[in-house]
Amino acid sequence: MKKRLGNFALALVGVALVGALWAITSATIAPDLPSPLKTWEESKIYVMQPWEKRGEMDQGILRMASYSLWRVAKGFLLAILIGTPLGFILGASNLFYKMFDPTIQVLRPISPLAWLPLGLILFRQSEPAALFTIALCSMWPTVINTMQGVRAIPQDYHNVAKVLRLSPWRRLTKIWIPATLPFMFSGYRLSLGLAWLVIVAAEMLTGTPGVGGFLWQEYNSLIYSHILLCILTIGIVGFALDRLMGVAEARLRAA
Amino acid sequence: MIRPLEITSLTKTFGPHVAVKDFSIKVPPGEFVSLLGHSGCGKSTVLSIVAGLQQATFGGVVIDGVEVDTPGLDRGVVFQSPSLLPWMTALDNVMLAACQAHPKQTPAGQKDLCLKYLGLVGVSEFAHQLPAELSQGTQQRIAIARALVLEPRFLLLDEPFGMLDSMTRFELQDLVLELWEKDRRTVMLVTHDIDEALYLSDRIVLMTDGPEARVGLDLAVTLPRPRDRSVANENPEYMRLRGEVIRFLEHHSKQFANERAA
Ligand SMILES: Nc1ncnc2c1ncn2[C@@H]1O[C@H](COP(=O)(O)OP(=O)(O)OP(=O)(O)O)[C@@H](O)[C@H]1O
Ligand SMILES: [Mg+2]
Repeated sequence: MKKRLGNFALALVGVALVGALWAITSATIAPDLPSPLKTWEESKIYVMQPWEKRGEMDQGILRMASYSLWRVAKGFLLAILIGTPLGFILGASNLFYKMFDPTIQVLRPISPLAWLPLGLILFRQSEPAALFTIALCSMWPTVINTMQGVRAIPQDYHNVAKVLRLSPWRRLTKIWIPATLPFMFSGYRLSLGLAWLVIVAAEMLTGTPGVGGFLWQEYNSLIYSHILLCILTIGIVGFALDRLMGVAEARLRAA
Repeated sequence: MIRPLEITSLTKTFGPHVAVKDFSIKVPPGEFVSLLGHSGCGKSTVLSIVAGLQQATFGGVVIDGVEVDTPGLDRGVVFQSPSLLPWMTALDNVMLAACQAHPKQTPAGQKDLCLKYLGLVGVSEFAHQLPAELSQGTQQRIAIARALVLEPRFLLLDEPFGMLDSMTRFELQDLVLELWEKDRRTVMLVTHDIDEALYLSDRIVLMTDGPEARVGLDLAVTLPRPRDRSVANENPEYMRLRGEVIRFLEHHSKQFANERAA
Protein backbone atom coordinates (compact mmCIF):
# COMPACT_ATOMS: atom_id res chain seq x y z
CA MET A 1 0.00 0.00 0.00
CA LYS A 2 2.74 2.39 1.02
CA LYS A 3 4.70 1.40 -2.05
CA ARG A 4 1.73 2.07 -4.32
CA LEU A 5 1.29 5.49 -2.80
CA GLY A 6 4.96 6.17 -3.42
CA ASN A 7 4.66 5.10 -7.04
CA PHE A 8 1.66 7.34 -7.50
CA ALA A 9 3.55 10.30 -6.05
CA LEU A 10 6.44 9.61 -8.41
CA ALA A 11 4.06 9.54 -11.37
CA LEU A 12 2.67 12.92 -10.29
CA VAL A 13 6.18 14.32 -10.14
CA GLY A 14 6.69 13.08 -13.69
CA VAL A 15 3.53 14.81 -14.85
CA ALA A 16 4.58 18.03 -13.15
CA LEU A 17 8.01 17.92 -14.80
CA VAL A 18 6.53 17.41 -18.26
CA GLY A 19 4.10 20.26 -17.56
CA ALA A 20 6.99 22.48 -16.59
CA LEU A 21 8.84 21.57 -19.76
CA TRP A 22 5.71 22.43 -21.71
CA ALA A 23 5.42 25.83 -19.96
CA ILE A 24 9.09 26.64 -20.55
CA THR A 25 8.92 25.63 -24.19
CA SER A 26 5.91 27.80 -24.88
CA ALA A 27 7.48 30.74 -23.02
CA THR A 28 10.79 30.53 -24.88
CA ILE A 29 11.30 28.81 -28.20
CA ALA A 30 7.70 28.11 -29.32
CA PRO A 31 5.57 31.19 -28.86
CA ASP A 32 2.72 29.64 -30.91
CA LEU A 33 2.38 26.82 -28.40
CA PRO A 34 -0.22 27.82 -25.79
CA SER A 35 1.03 27.57 -22.23
CA PRO A 36 -0.63 25.08 -19.86
CA LEU A 37 -2.49 27.90 -18.18
CA LYS A 38 -3.75 29.36 -21.46
CA THR A 39 -4.78 25.93 -22.63
CA TRP A 40 -6.83 25.48 -19.53
CA GLU A 41 -8.40 28.95 -19.78
CA GLU A 42 -9.50 28.42 -23.34
CA SER A 43 -10.60 24.78 -22.94
CA LYS A 44 -12.32 25.14 -19.60
CA ILE A 45 -15.76 25.29 -21.10
CA TYR A 46 -15.34 21.92 -22.84
CA VAL A 47 -14.13 20.26 -19.67
CA MET A 48 -16.51 21.90 -17.21
CA GLN A 49 -19.54 21.22 -19.41
CA PRO A 50 -18.38 17.94 -20.85
CA TRP A 51 -21.75 16.82 -22.15
CA GLU A 52 -22.91 20.11 -23.67
CA LYS A 53 -23.89 20.26 -27.33
CA ARG A 54 -23.64 23.75 -28.80
CA GLY A 55 -23.19 22.85 -32.44
CA GLU A 56 -22.08 20.04 -34.74
CA MET A 57 -18.40 20.54 -33.99
CA ASP A 58 -18.79 22.51 -30.76
CA GLN A 59 -19.50 19.96 -28.06
CA GLY A 60 -18.26 19.04 -24.61
CA ILE A 61 -15.15 16.93 -24.54
CA LEU A 62 -16.77 13.85 -23.08
CA ARG A 63 -19.49 13.99 -25.70
CA MET A 64 -16.85 14.22 -28.41
CA ALA A 65 -14.91 11.38 -26.87
CA SER A 66 -18.04 9.27 -26.67
CA TYR A 67 -18.61 9.66 -30.43
CA SER A 68 -15.07 8.50 -31.03
CA LEU A 69 -15.37 5.67 -28.54
CA TRP A 70 -18.56 4.44 -30.15
CA ARG A 71 -16.88 4.46 -33.55
CA VAL A 72 -13.87 2.64 -32.15
CA ALA A 73 -16.12 0.10 -30.48
CA LYS A 74 -17.80 -0.73 -33.77
CA GLY A 75 -14.53 -0.93 -35.69
CA PHE A 76 -12.87 -2.96 -32.96
CA LEU A 77 -15.81 -5.38 -32.82
CA LEU A 78 -15.55 -5.81 -36.56
CA ALA A 79 -11.82 -6.41 -36.23
CA ILE A 80 -12.12 -9.14 -33.62
CA LEU A 81 -15.11 -10.76 -35.30
CA ILE A 82 -13.02 -11.18 -38.42
CA GLY A 83 -9.62 -11.50 -36.78
CA THR A 84 -10.35 -14.23 -34.25
CA PRO A 85 -11.66 -16.87 -36.67
CA LEU A 86 -8.94 -15.92 -39.12
CA GLY A 87 -6.33 -16.46 -36.41
CA PHE A 88 -7.84 -19.84 -35.57
CA ILE A 89 -7.75 -20.97 -39.18
CA LEU A 90 -4.17 -19.80 -39.67
CA GLY A 91 -3.07 -21.46 -36.43
CA ALA A 92 -4.80 -24.73 -37.18
CA SER A 93 -3.82 -25.20 -40.79
CA ASN A 94 -0.28 -25.11 -42.03
CA LEU A 95 -1.59 -24.85 -45.55
CA PHE A 96 -3.51 -21.65 -44.82
CA TYR A 97 -0.62 -20.31 -42.82
CA LYS A 98 1.80 -20.76 -45.70
CA MET A 99 -0.76 -19.37 -48.11
CA PHE A 100 -1.69 -16.20 -46.22
CA ASP A 101 1.11 -15.34 -43.84
CA PRO A 102 3.17 -13.44 -46.43
CA THR A 103 0.12 -11.41 -47.48
CA ILE A 104 -0.65 -10.57 -43.87
CA GLN A 105 2.91 -9.48 -43.25
CA VAL A 106 2.58 -7.10 -46.19
CA LEU A 107 -0.84 -5.74 -45.18
CA ARG A 108 0.07 -5.28 -41.53
CA PRO A 109 2.36 -2.25 -41.73
CA ILE A 110 0.04 -0.25 -44.01
CA SER A 111 -0.96 3.02 -42.36
CA PRO A 112 -4.60 4.00 -41.81
CA LEU A 113 -3.94 7.05 -43.96
CA ALA A 114 -3.42 4.70 -46.89
CA TRP A 115 -6.53 2.60 -46.25
CA LEU A 116 -8.95 5.45 -45.73
CA PRO A 117 -9.12 6.73 -49.30
CA LEU A 118 -9.69 3.17 -50.44
CA GLY A 119 -12.54 2.89 -47.94
CA LEU A 120 -14.05 6.10 -49.23
CA ILE A 121 -13.90 4.79 -52.78
CA LEU A 122 -15.47 1.51 -51.75
CA PHE A 123 -18.24 2.82 -49.51
CA ARG A 124 -18.69 6.42 -50.73
CA GLN A 125 -19.54 7.47 -47.18
CA SER A 126 -17.28 8.57 -44.41
CA GLU A 127 -18.73 6.49 -41.58
CA PRO A 128 -18.34 3.02 -43.14
CA ALA A 129 -14.99 4.07 -44.57
CA ALA A 130 -13.82 4.96 -41.06
CA LEU A 131 -14.98 1.60 -39.69
CA PHE A 132 -13.33 -0.22 -42.56
CA THR A 133 -10.07 1.53 -41.81
CA ILE A 134 -10.22 0.94 -38.08
CA ALA A 135 -11.04 -2.74 -38.53
CA LEU A 136 -8.39 -3.32 -41.16
CA CYS A 137 -5.65 -1.62 -39.19
CA SER A 138 -6.43 -2.98 -35.76
CA MET A 139 -7.16 -6.57 -36.76
CA TRP A 140 -3.60 -7.88 -37.07
CA PRO A 141 -2.59 -8.28 -33.43
CA THR A 142 -5.78 -10.30 -32.87
CA VAL A 143 -5.05 -12.48 -35.89
CA ILE A 144 -1.43 -13.03 -34.98
CA ASN A 145 -1.90 -13.62 -31.25
CA THR A 146 -4.80 -16.00 -31.79
CA MET A 147 -2.74 -17.87 -34.33
CA GLN A 148 0.19 -18.16 -31.96
CA GLY A 149 -2.14 -19.27 -29.19
CA VAL A 150 -3.49 -22.08 -31.31
CA ARG A 151 0.00 -23.14 -32.28
CA ALA A 152 1.06 -23.13 -28.64
CA ILE A 153 -1.58 -25.65 -27.56
CA PRO A 154 0.43 -28.47 -25.96
CA GLN A 155 0.58 -31.76 -27.85
CA ASP A 156 -0.79 -33.38 -24.68
CA TYR A 157 -4.14 -31.67 -25.18
CA HIS A 158 -4.27 -32.71 -28.81
CA ASN A 159 -3.58 -36.28 -27.74
CA VAL A 160 -6.38 -36.15 -25.19
CA ALA A 161 -8.75 -34.89 -27.88
CA LYS A 162 -7.67 -37.72 -30.16
CA VAL A 163 -7.89 -40.58 -27.68
CA LEU A 164 -11.30 -39.36 -26.56
CA ARG A 165 -12.35 -39.00 -30.19
CA LEU A 166 -13.78 -35.53 -29.65
CA SER A 167 -15.77 -34.14 -32.55
CA PRO A 168 -14.35 -31.05 -34.26
CA TRP A 169 -16.95 -28.89 -32.52
CA ARG A 170 -16.10 -30.20 -29.05
CA ARG A 171 -12.41 -29.95 -29.82
CA LEU A 172 -12.95 -26.27 -30.61
CA THR A 173 -15.14 -25.44 -27.63
CA LYS A 174 -13.59 -27.67 -24.98
CA ILE A 175 -9.93 -27.39 -25.86
CA TRP A 176 -8.96 -24.90 -28.54
CA ILE A 177 -10.88 -21.86 -27.37
CA PRO A 178 -10.11 -22.19 -23.64
CA ALA A 179 -6.46 -22.92 -24.39
CA THR A 180 -6.17 -19.90 -26.67
CA LEU A 181 -8.22 -17.44 -24.62
CA PRO A 182 -5.29 -15.72 -22.85
CA PHE A 183 -3.49 -15.22 -26.17
CA MET A 184 -6.68 -13.96 -27.78
CA PHE A 185 -7.12 -11.39 -25.06
CA SER A 186 -3.56 -10.10 -25.38
CA GLY A 187 -4.39 -9.67 -29.04
CA TYR A 188 -7.63 -7.84 -28.26
CA ARG A 189 -5.81 -5.47 -25.97
CA LEU A 190 -3.27 -4.57 -28.63
CA SER A 191 -6.02 -4.31 -31.24
CA LEU A 192 -8.04 -1.92 -29.14
CA GLY A 193 -4.98 0.26 -28.65
CA LEU A 194 -4.45 0.34 -32.40
CA ALA A 195 -8.12 1.06 -33.08
CA TRP A 196 -7.93 4.10 -30.83
CA LEU A 197 -4.75 5.19 -32.59
CA VAL A 198 -6.47 4.94 -35.94
CA ILE A 199 -9.63 6.81 -34.94
CA VAL A 200 -7.98 10.19 -34.94
CA ALA A 201 -6.62 9.79 -38.43
CA ALA A 202 -9.97 8.49 -39.65
CA GLU A 203 -11.92 11.37 -38.15
CA MET A 204 -9.42 13.95 -39.33
CA LEU A 205 -9.71 12.84 -42.91
CA THR A 206 -13.46 12.32 -42.92
CA GLY A 207 -14.33 15.35 -40.79
CA THR A 208 -16.79 13.43 -38.65
CA PRO A 209 -17.59 14.67 -35.13
CA GLY A 210 -15.37 13.17 -32.47
CA VAL A 211 -12.10 14.02 -30.77
CA GLY A 212 -10.13 13.62 -33.98
CA GLY A 213 -12.56 15.62 -36.07
CA PHE A 214 -12.63 18.37 -33.46
CA LEU A 215 -8.84 18.45 -33.35
CA TRP A 216 -8.59 18.94 -37.08
CA GLN A 217 -11.29 21.60 -37.15
CA GLU A 218 -9.60 23.58 -34.39
CA TYR A 219 -6.30 23.34 -36.23
CA ASN A 220 -7.98 24.87 -39.25
CA SER A 221 -9.52 27.61 -37.11
CA LEU A 222 -6.12 28.25 -35.49
CA ILE A 223 -7.28 27.57 -31.92
CA TYR A 224 -4.19 25.72 -30.83
CA SER A 225 -5.10 25.29 -27.20
CA HIS A 226 -8.01 23.06 -28.24
CA ILE A 227 -5.57 20.86 -30.13
CA LEU A 228 -3.71 20.32 -26.88
CA LEU A 229 -6.98 19.56 -25.12
CA CYS A 230 -7.73 16.91 -27.73
CA ILE A 231 -4.27 15.42 -27.48
CA LEU A 232 -4.58 15.13 -23.73
CA THR A 233 -8.02 13.59 -24.04
CA ILE A 234 -6.87 11.06 -26.61
CA GLY A 235 -4.00 10.03 -24.36
CA ILE A 236 -6.09 9.71 -21.23
CA VAL A 237 -8.87 7.75 -22.94
CA GLY A 238 -6.33 5.46 -24.59
CA PHE A 239 -4.68 4.86 -21.25
CA ALA A 240 -8.03 4.08 -19.62
CA LEU A 241 -8.95 1.63 -22.39
CA ASP A 242 -5.66 -0.18 -22.05
CA ARG A 243 -6.02 -0.42 -18.29
CA LEU A 244 -9.52 -1.81 -18.67
CA MET A 245 -8.36 -4.49 -21.07
CA GLY A 246 -5.40 -5.16 -18.80
CA VAL A 247 -7.73 -5.88 -15.91
CA ALA A 248 -9.86 -8.18 -18.07
CA GLU A 249 -6.73 -9.97 -19.23
CA ALA A 250 -5.43 -10.44 -15.70
CA ARG A 251 -8.78 -11.84 -14.60
CA LEU A 252 -8.58 -14.33 -17.41
CA ARG A 253 -5.07 -15.44 -16.59
CA ALA A 254 -5.96 -15.90 -12.96
CA ALA A 255 -9.02 -18.03 -13.82
CA MET B 1 -14.35 -66.18 -28.57
CA ILE B 2 -12.18 -63.23 -27.59
CA ARG B 3 -9.01 -62.94 -29.57
CA PRO B 4 -5.69 -61.51 -28.47
CA LEU B 5 -4.42 -58.09 -29.38
CA GLU B 6 -1.85 -58.70 -32.06
CA ILE B 7 1.07 -56.52 -32.97
CA THR B 8 2.59 -57.90 -36.15
CA SER B 9 5.89 -56.89 -37.73
CA LEU B 10 5.38 -53.36 -36.54
CA THR B 11 7.89 -51.01 -38.11
CA LYS B 12 8.10 -47.27 -37.58
CA THR B 13 10.47 -44.94 -39.34
CA PHE B 14 10.99 -41.24 -38.77
CA GLY B 15 12.49 -40.04 -42.03
CA PRO B 16 15.66 -42.08 -42.49
CA HIS B 17 15.65 -43.20 -38.86
CA VAL B 18 14.18 -46.67 -38.31
CA ALA B 19 13.00 -46.48 -34.70
CA VAL B 20 11.19 -49.83 -34.42
CA LYS B 21 11.53 -52.77 -36.78
CA ASP B 22 9.57 -56.02 -36.97
CA PHE B 23 8.15 -55.77 -33.49
CA SER B 24 5.64 -58.59 -32.93
CA ILE B 25 3.75 -59.72 -29.84
CA LYS B 26 0.36 -61.17 -29.01
CA VAL B 27 -1.37 -60.04 -25.87
CA PRO B 28 -4.13 -62.37 -24.67
CA PRO B 29 -7.22 -60.80 -23.12
CA GLY B 30 -6.83 -59.89 -19.47
CA GLU B 31 -3.05 -60.00 -19.50
CA PHE B 32 -0.94 -57.38 -17.76
CA VAL B 33 2.07 -56.87 -19.98
CA SER B 34 4.93 -54.42 -19.49
CA LEU B 35 7.15 -52.99 -22.18
CA LEU B 36 10.63 -52.44 -20.81
CA GLY B 37 13.75 -51.09 -22.46
CA HIS B 38 16.40 -48.42 -22.40
CA SER B 39 15.36 -44.81 -22.77
CA GLY B 40 14.68 -43.89 -26.37
CA CYS B 41 14.40 -47.45 -27.64
CA GLY B 42 10.87 -46.94 -28.93
CA LYS B 43 8.50 -48.02 -26.16
CA SER B 44 6.32 -44.95 -26.41
CA THR B 45 6.29 -45.26 -30.17
CA VAL B 46 4.89 -48.79 -29.96
CA LEU B 47 2.32 -47.78 -27.36
CA SER B 48 1.14 -44.73 -29.25
CA ILE B 49 0.70 -46.81 -32.39
CA VAL B 50 -1.46 -49.23 -30.39
CA ALA B 51 -3.35 -46.18 -29.10
CA GLY B 52 -3.80 -45.01 -32.68
CA LEU B 53 -2.03 -41.70 -32.10
CA GLN B 54 0.64 -42.58 -34.66
CA GLN B 55 0.53 -44.80 -37.70
CA ALA B 56 2.87 -47.71 -38.32
CA THR B 57 5.08 -47.49 -41.37
CA PHE B 58 4.76 -51.24 -41.97
CA GLY B 59 2.89 -53.93 -40.13
CA GLY B 60 0.45 -52.90 -37.48
CA VAL B 61 -1.97 -53.62 -34.70
CA VAL B 62 -4.93 -55.95 -35.01
CA ILE B 63 -7.80 -56.07 -32.53
CA ASP B 64 -10.52 -58.68 -33.12
CA GLY B 65 -9.22 -59.32 -36.58
CA VAL B 66 -9.51 -55.66 -37.51
CA GLU B 67 -6.49 -53.48 -38.13
CA VAL B 68 -6.58 -50.31 -36.04
CA ASP B 69 -4.90 -47.10 -37.11
CA THR B 70 -7.00 -44.50 -35.29
CA PRO B 71 -7.69 -43.94 -31.59
CA GLY B 72 -10.72 -45.70 -30.19
CA LEU B 73 -12.81 -45.62 -27.06
CA ASP B 74 -11.98 -49.30 -26.55
CA ARG B 75 -8.48 -48.15 -25.55
CA GLY B 76 -8.02 -45.94 -22.51
CA VAL B 77 -4.70 -44.09 -22.46
CA VAL B 78 -2.78 -42.57 -19.56
CA PHE B 79 0.29 -40.53 -20.36
CA GLN B 80 3.33 -39.72 -18.30
CA SER B 81 2.03 -36.24 -17.54
CA PRO B 82 -1.57 -36.20 -16.29
CA SER B 83 -2.61 -34.07 -19.31
CA LEU B 84 -5.72 -32.80 -17.57
CA LEU B 85 -7.30 -29.73 -19.09
CA PRO B 86 -6.40 -27.00 -16.58
CA TRP B 87 -9.56 -24.93 -17.11
CA MET B 88 -11.85 -27.78 -16.07
CA THR B 89 -12.49 -29.28 -12.66
CA ALA B 90 -11.52 -32.90 -12.04
CA LEU B 91 -15.12 -33.93 -12.56
CA ASP B 92 -15.46 -32.03 -15.83
CA ASN B 93 -12.26 -33.58 -17.12
CA VAL B 94 -13.71 -37.03 -16.50
CA MET B 95 -17.11 -35.92 -17.82
CA LEU B 96 -15.50 -35.04 -21.14
CA ALA B 97 -14.59 -38.71 -21.52
CA ALA B 98 -17.90 -39.98 -20.12
CA CYS B 99 -19.91 -37.97 -22.65
CA GLN B 100 -17.90 -39.56 -25.44
CA ALA B 101 -18.11 -43.13 -24.23
CA HIS B 102 -21.70 -43.13 -22.97
CA PRO B 103 -23.56 -40.73 -25.24
CA LYS B 104 -26.88 -42.46 -24.63
CA GLN B 105 -26.77 -41.96 -20.87
CA THR B 106 -28.49 -38.97 -19.32
CA PRO B 107 -26.16 -36.24 -18.03
CA ALA B 108 -27.03 -37.34 -14.50
CA GLY B 109 -26.11 -40.92 -15.36
CA GLN B 110 -22.84 -39.78 -16.88
CA LYS B 111 -22.06 -37.76 -13.80
CA ASP B 112 -22.77 -40.71 -11.52
CA LEU B 113 -20.42 -42.81 -13.59
CA CYS B 114 -17.70 -40.17 -13.27
CA LEU B 115 -18.17 -39.95 -9.53
CA LYS B 116 -18.00 -43.72 -9.31
CA TYR B 117 -14.64 -43.85 -11.04
CA LEU B 118 -13.30 -40.83 -9.17
CA GLY B 119 -14.25 -42.75 -6.03
CA LEU B 120 -12.60 -45.89 -7.31
CA VAL B 121 -9.29 -44.09 -7.75
CA GLY B 122 -9.78 -42.43 -4.37
CA VAL B 123 -10.20 -38.76 -5.26
CA SER B 124 -13.94 -38.12 -4.76
CA GLU B 125 -13.22 -35.24 -2.44
CA PHE B 126 -11.34 -33.32 -5.16
CA ALA B 127 -14.06 -33.64 -7.81
CA HIS B 128 -14.79 -29.94 -7.90
CA GLN B 129 -11.23 -28.69 -7.80
CA LEU B 130 -9.05 -27.51 -10.64
CA PRO B 131 -6.00 -29.63 -11.53
CA ALA B 132 -3.56 -26.87 -10.56
CA GLU B 133 -4.78 -27.08 -6.97
CA LEU B 134 -4.00 -30.80 -6.74
CA SER B 135 -0.81 -32.81 -6.28
CA GLN B 136 0.79 -34.67 -9.18
CA GLY B 137 -0.32 -37.98 -7.71
CA THR B 138 -3.92 -36.84 -7.41
CA GLN B 139 -3.85 -35.47 -10.93
CA GLN B 140 -2.58 -38.77 -12.23
CA ARG B 141 -5.36 -40.58 -10.36
CA ILE B 142 -7.87 -38.34 -12.12
CA ALA B 143 -6.22 -39.13 -15.44
CA ILE B 144 -6.65 -42.82 -14.63
CA ALA B 145 -10.33 -42.23 -13.82
CA ARG B 146 -10.70 -40.45 -17.14
CA ALA B 147 -9.34 -43.51 -18.92
CA LEU B 148 -11.44 -45.92 -16.85
CA VAL B 149 -14.72 -44.10 -17.37
CA LEU B 150 -14.51 -45.15 -21.01
CA GLU B 151 -14.82 -48.70 -19.65
CA PRO B 152 -12.26 -49.68 -22.25
CA ARG B 153 -11.06 -53.16 -23.10
CA PHE B 154 -7.46 -52.05 -23.10
CA LEU B 155 -5.62 -49.79 -20.75
CA LEU B 156 -2.49 -48.28 -22.28
CA LEU B 157 -0.15 -46.68 -19.78
CA ASP B 158 2.97 -44.77 -20.85
CA GLU B 159 5.20 -44.38 -17.80
CA PRO B 160 2.21 -43.21 -15.78
CA PHE B 161 4.22 -43.11 -12.55
CA GLY B 162 7.37 -41.60 -14.01
CA MET B 163 6.86 -38.12 -12.60
CA LEU B 164 5.85 -39.20 -9.10
CA ASP B 165 7.91 -39.52 -5.93
CA SER B 166 8.50 -43.08 -4.81
CA MET B 167 5.86 -43.19 -2.07
CA THR B 168 3.15 -41.91 -4.41
CA ARG B 169 4.42 -44.26 -7.09
CA PHE B 170 3.88 -47.26 -4.79
CA GLU B 171 0.38 -46.08 -3.98
CA LEU B 172 -0.55 -45.70 -7.61
CA GLN B 173 1.00 -49.03 -8.57
CA ASP B 174 -1.19 -50.68 -5.97
CA LEU B 175 -4.19 -48.78 -7.27
CA VAL B 176 -3.63 -49.92 -10.84
CA LEU B 177 -3.11 -53.48 -9.65
CA GLU B 178 -6.26 -53.42 -7.56
CA LEU B 179 -8.28 -52.06 -10.50
CA TRP B 180 -6.83 -54.66 -12.81
CA GLU B 181 -7.63 -57.50 -10.44
CA LYS B 182 -11.20 -56.26 -10.21
CA ASP B 183 -12.06 -56.33 -13.90
CA ARG B 184 -9.08 -57.91 -15.68
CA ARG B 185 -8.83 -55.51 -18.54
CA THR B 186 -5.84 -56.03 -20.79
CA VAL B 187 -3.13 -53.65 -19.61
CA MET B 188 -0.09 -52.55 -21.55
CA LEU B 189 2.38 -50.62 -19.42
CA VAL B 190 5.46 -48.82 -20.65
CA THR B 191 8.09 -48.36 -17.98
CA HIS B 192 11.79 -48.38 -17.37
CA ASP B 193 11.46 -49.35 -13.74
CA ILE B 194 12.40 -53.04 -13.41
CA ASP B 195 10.80 -53.57 -10.01
CA GLU B 196 7.61 -51.92 -11.16
CA ALA B 197 7.40 -54.25 -14.14
CA LEU B 198 8.09 -57.32 -11.95
CA TYR B 199 5.61 -56.27 -9.30
CA LEU B 200 2.75 -55.61 -11.69
CA SER B 201 2.98 -57.74 -14.79
CA ASP B 202 2.22 -61.25 -15.99
CA ARG B 203 4.78 -60.79 -18.66
CA ILE B 204 7.60 -58.42 -19.53
CA VAL B 205 8.51 -57.68 -23.10
CA LEU B 206 12.06 -56.38 -23.24
CA MET B 207 13.01 -54.29 -26.23
CA THR B 208 16.45 -54.11 -27.80
CA ASP B 209 18.09 -50.70 -28.06
CA GLY B 210 17.09 -48.65 -31.04
CA PRO B 211 17.46 -47.98 -33.84
CA GLU B 212 15.57 -50.92 -35.30
CA ALA B 213 14.29 -51.89 -31.87
CA ARG B 214 12.41 -55.17 -31.64
CA VAL B 215 11.46 -57.77 -29.04
CA GLY B 216 14.66 -58.89 -27.37
CA LEU B 217 13.29 -61.08 -24.60
CA ASP B 218 9.76 -62.14 -23.80
CA LEU B 219 9.73 -63.02 -20.13
CA ALA B 220 6.84 -64.62 -18.24
CA VAL B 221 6.64 -63.34 -14.68
CA THR B 222 5.76 -66.51 -12.85
CA LEU B 223 5.51 -64.96 -9.39
CA PRO B 224 2.27 -65.84 -7.64
CA ARG B 225 -0.19 -63.09 -6.76
CA PRO B 226 -0.79 -61.23 -4.56
CA ARG B 227 2.79 -60.08 -4.57
CA ASP B 228 4.47 -58.38 -1.68
CA ARG B 229 6.89 -55.60 -2.42
CA SER B 230 8.51 -55.63 1.01
CA VAL B 231 9.71 -59.25 0.90
CA ALA B 232 10.48 -59.38 -2.81
CA ASN B 233 14.20 -59.26 -2.11
CA GLU B 234 14.01 -62.51 -0.18
CA ASN B 235 12.17 -64.36 -2.93
CA PRO B 236 14.64 -66.43 -4.99
CA GLU B 237 12.29 -66.54 -8.00
CA TYR B 238 11.96 -62.75 -7.91
CA MET B 239 15.72 -62.37 -7.74
CA ARG B 240 16.19 -64.80 -10.62
CA LEU B 241 13.79 -62.85 -12.86
CA ARG B 242 15.29 -59.56 -11.82
CA GLY B 243 18.75 -60.88 -12.64
CA GLU B 244 17.58 -61.98 -16.04
CA VAL B 245 16.08 -58.57 -16.84
CA ILE B 246 19.18 -56.75 -15.69
CA ARG B 247 21.47 -59.10 -17.59
CA PHE B 248 19.49 -58.40 -20.71
CA LEU B 249 19.48 -54.65 -20.26
CA GLU B 250 23.18 -54.53 -19.35
CA HIS B 251 24.56 -56.85 -21.99
CA HIS B 252 22.19 -58.31 -24.52
CA SER B 253 20.10 -55.34 -25.56
CA LYS B 254 23.29 -53.81 -26.95
CA GLN B 255 24.61 -57.08 -28.34
CA PHE B 256 21.64 -57.32 -30.60
CA ALA B 257 22.47 -53.92 -31.97
CA ASN B 258 26.12 -54.87 -32.41
CA GLU B 259 25.25 -58.12 -34.15
CA ARG B 260 23.21 -56.22 -36.64
CA ALA B 261 25.94 -53.68 -37.19
CA ALA B 262 28.50 -56.42 -37.85
N1 LIG C 1 8.11 -37.63 -33.87
C1 LIG C 1 9.34 -38.12 -33.94
N2 LIG C 1 10.19 -37.69 -34.90
C2 LIG C 1 11.45 -38.18 -34.99
N3 LIG C 1 11.96 -39.11 -34.18
C3 LIG C 1 11.17 -39.59 -33.21
C4 LIG C 1 9.83 -39.12 -33.03
N4 LIG C 1 9.27 -39.77 -31.98
C5 LIG C 1 10.24 -40.61 -31.53
N5 LIG C 1 11.38 -40.51 -32.25
C6 LIG C 1 12.61 -41.28 -32.06
O1 LIG C 1 12.25 -42.64 -31.98
C7 LIG C 1 12.99 -43.27 -30.97
C8 LIG C 1 12.05 -43.92 -29.97
O2 LIG C 1 11.36 -42.91 -29.24
P1 LIG C 1 10.35 -43.25 -28.08
O3 LIG C 1 9.83 -41.97 -27.54
O4 LIG C 1 9.37 -44.25 -28.55
O5 LIG C 1 11.31 -43.93 -27.01
P2 LIG C 1 10.99 -44.42 -25.53
O6 LIG C 1 11.48 -45.82 -25.45
O7 LIG C 1 9.58 -44.16 -25.19
O8 LIG C 1 11.93 -43.50 -24.68
P3 LIG C 1 11.73 -42.94 -23.19
O9 LIG C 1 12.03 -44.09 -22.29
O10 LIG C 1 12.77 -41.87 -23.08
O11 LIG C 1 10.33 -42.45 -23.08
C9 LIG C 1 13.90 -42.24 -30.35
O12 LIG C 1 15.18 -42.37 -30.93
C10 LIG C 1 13.28 -40.94 -30.75
O13 LIG C 1 14.27 -39.96 -30.92
MG1 LIG D 1 8.58 -42.82 -23.78
